[in-house]
Amino acid sequence: MAKVSMTVNGKAASAEVEGRTLLVSFLREELGLTGTHVGCDTSQCGACVVHVDGKAVKSCTMLALEAEGAEVATIEGQAEPDGTLNTIQAAFREHHGLQCGFCTPGMVMSAAALLKDNPKPSEQDVREYLEGNLCRCTGYHNIVKSIMAASGQDVSALAAE
Amino acid sequence: MYNFDYEAPSSVAEAVAALAAEDAQALGGGQTLIPTMKQRLAMPSTLVSLSGIAEMKGFDVGNGAVTIGGNVTHAVVAAGAGAYPALAELASHIGDPAVRNRGTIGGSLANNDPSADYPAAALASAAVIVTNAREIAADDYFQGMFTTALEDGEIITGVRFAVPEVANYQKFVQPASRFALVGVFVAKHADGVRVAVTGASEEGVFRWAAAEAALNDSFSADAVADLAVDPANMIGDLHGTKAYRAHLVGVMTKRAVAAAT
Ligand SMILES: Cc1cc2nc3c(=O)[nH]c(=O)nc-3n(C[C@H](O)[C@H](O)[C@H](O)COP(=O)(O)OP(=O)(O)OC[C@H]3O[C@@H](n4cnc5c(N)ncnc54)[C@H](O)[C@@H]3O)c2cc1C
Ligand code: FES
Ligand code: FES
Repeated sequence: MAKVSMTVNGKAASAEVEGRTLLVSFLREELGLTGTHVGCDTSQCGACVVHVDGKAVKSCTMLALEAEGAEVATIEGQAEPDGTLNTIQAAFREHHGLQCGFCTPGMVMSAAALLKDNPKPSEQDVREYLEGNLCRCTGYHNIVKSIMAASGQDVSALAAE
Repeated sequence: MYNFDYEAPSSVAEAVAALAAEDAQALGGGQTLIPTMKQRLAMPSTLVSLSGIAEMKGFDVGNGAVTIGGNVTHAVVAAGAGAYPALAELASHIGDPAVRNRGTIGGSLANNDPSADYPAAALASAAVIVTNAREIAADDYFQGMFTTALEDGEIITGVRFAVPEVANYQKFVQPASRFALVGVFVAKHADGVRVAVTGASEEGVFRWAAAEAALNDSFSADAVADLAVDPANMIGDLHGTKAYRAHLVGVMTKRAVAAAT
């Protein structure tokens, strides 16, 4: 066992972990932050995407110890301080960007990473950026639409809901 | 995944010392190794993370070369290798954004997956693989799928690419894995054309000598239009037959030359 310390959603967090403890296990099992999901556990689906030092990563494919000293952001830290949905989350609700919601935490975290680098993405940019985020419900159109809307662009001409 | 001890040295020398332990293995971005360990196809007793080693994070452009530290992620190459646009473009299409934020050039070249992208760039660019112990020419480095000239415990600290006059990489994506079903990197250097093919051969990345000869005579898509590789040496699997891959090698080579001219 070794001690790991990091900042998660602005709060200090530390625990004794094994070498093999994944970042996602640390978040879910040590910290009880179960908003980050494990869909595949094989680096394919992106349900586990969180930000580490501002960059989107698959937390099922990173060791907790690799995040030593890092700033980690998860879906739990995305809402506004008063608890209302942030712009991206509100757009997902408005445009039916989710059905079962399993992929949604990863989708929202990927969308946040995209919009930070590219505040006005094209539809193509959004689709390419979501290459590593799988959704078994929506068929993606409304996810893309939600993210375009969150970026402040007119989505009335995008594929129907 | 079996448990292991984790070490995070801050210098190449410390990492080399840590890797001397029995069953110790280097950890780059973990985008290949962690999934492999989950499947228990690798079970090191010690993992030596290279990500805290500042001397492997360098990125240097100048004198007609781009030198990239072994720890540099695909995302950083995509954003920073503007001096070698074909290389930046290749890096920007590896996997997906989250994979690119963790996966490293050193890890990709050490792994030498037969469908990986960087091996094609390194071979076509006549890159030099720099390790803690020596410099290895790309022509000597790749030795068949998942096999390289690296010794046990040897670390790729950097890769030096000579920037070609023109270059282009064409990747036919295997849509489930996003690796290359076939990828062809064409690079025209002052001293000749190099064509490197990934994804296609049972032997891993290879140079296509016939295409290089034809392109040295005339650097045009027409020059390679009638050439074909022997399907017998190609990979045949559920994603594509040997004949299909052999055909794609020709098509991707033509496209790369057309895009480079
Ligand atoms: C969903 C997904 C899609 C992907 N798509 C692609 C793709 O389209 N194209 C592509 O090319 N790759 C793809 N990859 C693989 C990705 O590029 C990996 O990042 C890369 O192959 C390995 O790099 P790494 O830094 O993650 O190495 P690791 O996984 O940490 O290590 C891989 C191997 O290299 C060794 N190693 C690591 N660093 C060094 C070093 N500096 N010196 C010596 N040995 C070292 C390790 O011991 C291990 O054996 C994909 C991966 C995933 C998960
Ligand atoms: S759970 Fe991490 S990518 Fe699917
Ligand atoms: S909403 Fe169900 S998986 Fe995406």
